[in-house]
Parts: sequence; structure tokens; C-alpha cells
Amino acid sequence: MKKEWPLWEVFIRGQHGLNHRHVGSLHAPDAEMAIKNARDVYTRRNEGVSIWVVESKHITASSPSERGPLFEPSNDKVYRHPTFFDIPDEVGHM
Amino acid sequence: MYAQMVKSTGEGVKDLKEMSPEERAFQERIDRGEKIEPKEWMPEGYRKTLIRQIGQHAHSEIVGQLPEGNWITRAPTLERKAILLAKVQDEAGHGLYLYCAAETLGVSRDELLEKLHSGNMKYSSIFNYPTLTWADIGAIGWLVDGAAIMNQVPLQRTSYGPYSRAMIRICKEESFHQRQGYDIMMKMAKGTPEQKEMAQDALNRFWYPSLMMFGPSDKDSVHSAQSMAWKIKINTNDELRQKFVDQTVPQAEYLGLTIPDENLAWNEEKGGYDFSEPDWSEFYEVLKGNGPCNKERLGARVKAWEDGAWFREGLMAHAEKQSAAKLAAE
Amino acid sequence: MEAAADQVDRTAYATWLMRMGDNTLILGHRLSEWCGHSPVLEEDIAMANTALDLIGQTQLWLGLAGEVEGAGRTADNLAYLRDASKFRNVLMVERPNGDFGQTLMRQFLFDAWHHAMLTELLTSTEERVREIAAKALKEVSYHLERSADLVIRLGDGSEESHARMQAALDDQWAYTGELSTPDEIDTATAAAGIAPDLAKVGTVWRQTVEEVLRAATLSVPDSTFAHQGGKSGRHTEHLGYILADMQFLQRAYPGAVW
Repeated sequence: MKKEWPLWEVFIRGQHGLNHRHVGSLHAPDAEMAIKNARDVYTRRNEGVSIWVVESKHITASSPSERGPLFEPSNDKVYRHPTFFDIPDEVGHM
Repeated sequence: MYAQMVKSTGEGVKDLKEMSPEERAFQERIDRGEKIEPKEWMPEGYRKTLIRQIGQHAHSEIVGQLPEGNWITRAPTLERKAILLAKVQDEAGHGLYLYCAAETLGVSRDELLEKLHSGNMKYSSIFNYPTLTWADIGAIGWLVDGAAIMNQVPLQRTSYGPYSRAMIRICKEESFHQRQGYDIMMKMAKGTPEQKEMAQDALNRFWYPSLMMFGPSDKDSVHSAQSMAWKIKINTNDELRQKFVDQTVPQAEYLGLTIPDENLAWNEEKGGYDFSEPDWSEFYEVLKGNGPCNKERLGARVKAWEDGAWFREGLMAHAEKQSAAKLAAE
Repeated sequence: MEAAADQVDRTAYATWLMRMGDNTLILGHRLSEWCGHSPVLEEDIAMANTALDLIGQTQLWLGLAGEVEGAGRTADNLAYLRDASKFRNVLMVERPNGDFGQTLMRQFLFDAWHHAMLTELLTSTEERVREIAAKALKEVSYHLERSADLVIRLGDGSEESHARMQAALDDQWAYTGELSTPDEIDTATAAAGIAPDLAKVGTVWRQTVEEVLRAATLSVPDSTFAHQGGKSGRHTEHLGYILADMQFLQRAYPGAVW
């Protein structure tokens, strides 16, 4: 028998309460060991308080060729950003 | 460097006009500073060159564990032992990150390791030199990591996203490696006469091999030109080597150690040091397998891999049993 | 802090601390030998983490041992300038690593004891001991979780991994008894409340070991024979070689600063 350990993607939530962030990948025979390996590989410098792992083959990614239709339409929705609106200084902080 | 003499397509750089529309769009994205991500279209040459380069870099990290690992059990204090172990462990981590980056290009880690073990892929020439005294551990951190950092810092801007992200993580972690090496050298250079002698001897032995790490002059190399156009190589070998010498000479002076090069002299005109070339025939011999430790280094990697086969397979067998049992229960 | 220590011979207390520190020192040393040679990168890194924890614990235990001894010796002095007969670690930790399975089996058998011991030490009468135990216990809880998990997976893995783990267990078994067999040092420190009753630690150890080995489909050997000697300084031949390596620089260049 010769079978490579599957690849896992590792997501870690850091100390400051931000979202889990993708930090890298590793190999492990199953999910439980992937968590342990992630602890040993990716939190050696006190980087995390929570780990997620997902087998790489289960990640569904957006298609690079659809980059235009997917992301460009939001370019011109400038009114979604606070700097779009001029508020007089007298009003104070808003 | 950690990736020396990586072959690219061998065809030289095409003019934008000679490229297919896909190639041109790709090159223009790189020129604009965009990152190329896995699964996006890329020229086959780009993919293959990157696999070779990242793979070689990864191999260098894990083979690079061995010369320093050699002294973990002999480190002179508990603190030095912990620091060295943490550093060599980091190198395993760096190898791991880089293999994962290569895997996004459609090659598996096991395939890359098999190519290393069969001699079909190389690792950096520097790790075929022996570590004979504790001062060598200082010299490796100071010179070898110093040379590596010189190359890796610009590679954080490389065009391939996963490679760039791996380099960013590696550079962040490596920042302590060179300092720990220099710290050992300071203690030795200011220590007893025997310690100082060891420090000088380590510098004598590691100086030229460190210069070789950057690879031979590549100003006329078609491989380098293509890799630079693709931004998977950022500086020429000569630029980096010059920068390394300029940075290292004052550090050696501070230690009161002498760089083993009679021709070393400040050149006001170019604003850098003139220095002697390493013996390139030695470099090619080391690459061919005739360095002092090639057999030991590769032998140790192959042994670790073969001896560990039952372990990897045993854990896989358990995981498969568990998942079969889980399926049966559903 | 002096109250309990006053009730027990300081030499006994210092010796007991050296046992704790020498166990972690020598085991950490053995584990560090794997760095760069493990079966897979992820394990190489994990093993080094355990070794680093043990070296850190060594600094604490031997540092305190030196203070209690009162002869001005530091943790480094104790690690690098004692000869083998002055080392107080159990024999198990100095034996060669063998294959990765033997190393993991030894690690599990030691971790199970170490975890039980440190848990008891949380209620030691000595504040310094409680502090070190509290810090070490967090690390050792993870060591035990990892080594127990790997023993179960490999025991209940492939035919070959099962056979290797059973062989490793059979090989280590006679070296486990020393961990929980009390002598006069253990009795004296236990009486002062510094250390726990070793028999109690042994009972907890036995429960953990039986539970994990059952899950691993491995059989507990019936032999009750136990090699002894490490705790009183009668070691195997292997320790001398470890020290020849470990102490080389300190011995060859006395007084040098590194």
C-alpha cells in the first residue's frame, strides 16, 4: 500500500478576535490529526486561539476567468463607502 | 541560493509581439505587479520552472536541517540547545510551507521527495559542507542564513501568489536565525583564544561556499532572463553576491575576524567591495555529488523516508478504517 | 515556602528535584535526536515541540534543584558538569530511540506518568513546585494527548504498525516499573507534602495505560519485572554516551562562555 496523506487547508483565529484566516496547508491522515499538526506547525509563535481545517479537495473556489463579472461590478458602487458623503465639519464626528 | 541554477524554458525571453494572446495577457499581468494564483492560466514553462525552483528551495530547507542538527545534542548550554532546536525545527516548517506552495502547481510532496531521493532534483550546494565545530553553527546562522535572507526578502514580491505568501511567512520567522548565528560568533570571537580560533576557522571554511550559494554569474543566462521576466527571480546572482559581501565585511570587522580573501578591498568608484570569486570548479563538483557530505546528507534523508514508510502507512490505514466504520454506521 | 522544605532533608528535596529535571533533560535530548530524521515533516516539527517543552522544564527543575542544594550550581552546571552516577533520571528515558514507534511508545508510557505526577504536584506544599508543575502540566497534557493518540492509531493501524507497536511495548515494559516504585527519597518528600505518594501516581498511570492500550488493540505484558537503578545513579551504558555528546564542549573548554 502506498498512499500519500491528504492535503488540508488550515485556518487560524488569532488573539484579537478577528475571523479565522487561511495560514497555509499541511498533510495529515485525517481531520483530527490535521488539527494537531496545525497546532504544531502553525502556532509555534503563539499565533492562535482556534484552528479550523478542511481537506483541500473540498474547497470550492471561484473561477479565475470570471474575475471580471464577479468583482468588477462592485467597483462603481462608490456610495457604499463612507468617504462618498461630505459631512460639514461643524456636525462633528460621524 | 537555496535554488541554484534553476533551468527555465531555455528559449530566452519572448518579445510581447511574439507571444500568443494568452501569453501576452499573462506577461502583462506580471508586469503590472499582479499575482498569479493556482488554477489560473500560466505558460507551461512558468509552471515547470516554478516547480523546480520551489521544490529545490524546499529540499534545501529539509536537507539544511542536517548540518545544524548535527550539533543539537552537543549544544553547550540548555538555552543554546533550545534555540538551535527551535531554529532547525523552523527549517522543517519552511520546507513544509514551500512543498505546499509547490503542490498548488499540480505536483505532490511525495513526488518531489522521490525526485530528491533519486537525485533528479537538487538542493543547495552549501549543505554538503560539514559542521566541524560549534562555531560552524554560528557561521551558518550568520553567513548561510544571511545569504539566504538576501535572496528571500525580494522573493516576497515574486509573481506566484502561494510562493510569495510562503516567503513572507518564512522571512518573518527567519528574522531570528541570522541574529542567533551572529550572537554565537560574538561570544566565540570575544571568548578564549581557542574559541576565537574556532570562529576564524569557521569563517575560513564557510566564506567561499557562502558566496557560491548565489550561483555563478548569470548576466548572460537565458534561464535567469526568463525567470526575471516572470518575476520568479528578482535580482541577478552577482547583484545579490555583491550586496552580501558589502553587508558582511563590516560585520566580520566588528567580530575582529579576517575574511579569507587577500583581494578584498573597498572600491570607492562602485561603492562596494572588490572580492575574489569562489572556486567554481569546486562548486560544480559539489553539485555533481562530490562535496564532502553529499552522500551523508542524501543518505540521511532517504533513510528517514524509508524507515518512516510503515509509520505513514500505519496512520493512513487507521484513518481509512475509521472512515469506513463511520460510513457503515451512517 | 521554607516550611515544608525545612521538614525534609534538603538533600532529599534537591535529589527529588534532580529526578524531575534529569528525566526531562535526558528525554528531551533523546527526542531532539529525531530532528531532521522523522518519518514525515509534520511529525518532525511536533516532536521538536515536545523536546523544546522538556528542555524548558529542565531549566526550571534543575534551576530550583541548584537553589535548594545551596552550593551555587546553576541548571547548566547540573546538566553539563555532573558525571553519569550523579544523574537521577529513570532508565527508560536514556535508552536509545529505536524506531519511531519505540520512541512514541516510550513517550506515551512516560507522558502518562508525567501527567499523573504533575497533576498531583499542583497541591504540593512547596509553592515553587506548584508553579513549575502548573506550567509543565499544560505542556504535558498535550504531549499525552498526542502520544496516546498516535499509539492508538498505530496499534490499530496496519498489520506492520500493530506488530511494531506491540514489540515496542514489550521492549519498554520492564522499564516502566521504576517510575512508580518509591524509595527513601520519594517517601521523605511525600511525607513533607512536597511530592505525592508515588503509589497513587502509579495507579493513575496504570489506568491511563490500560485504557489507551486497549483502544490500540495492544496487549499489556504480564511480566512484573522492573529494572531499577536510574533514580539512585546506577544507569545503563547508554547514559555515558549521551553525556559524552552533551557535555563535550563544557568539558573540553572549561570555563568558556558560549
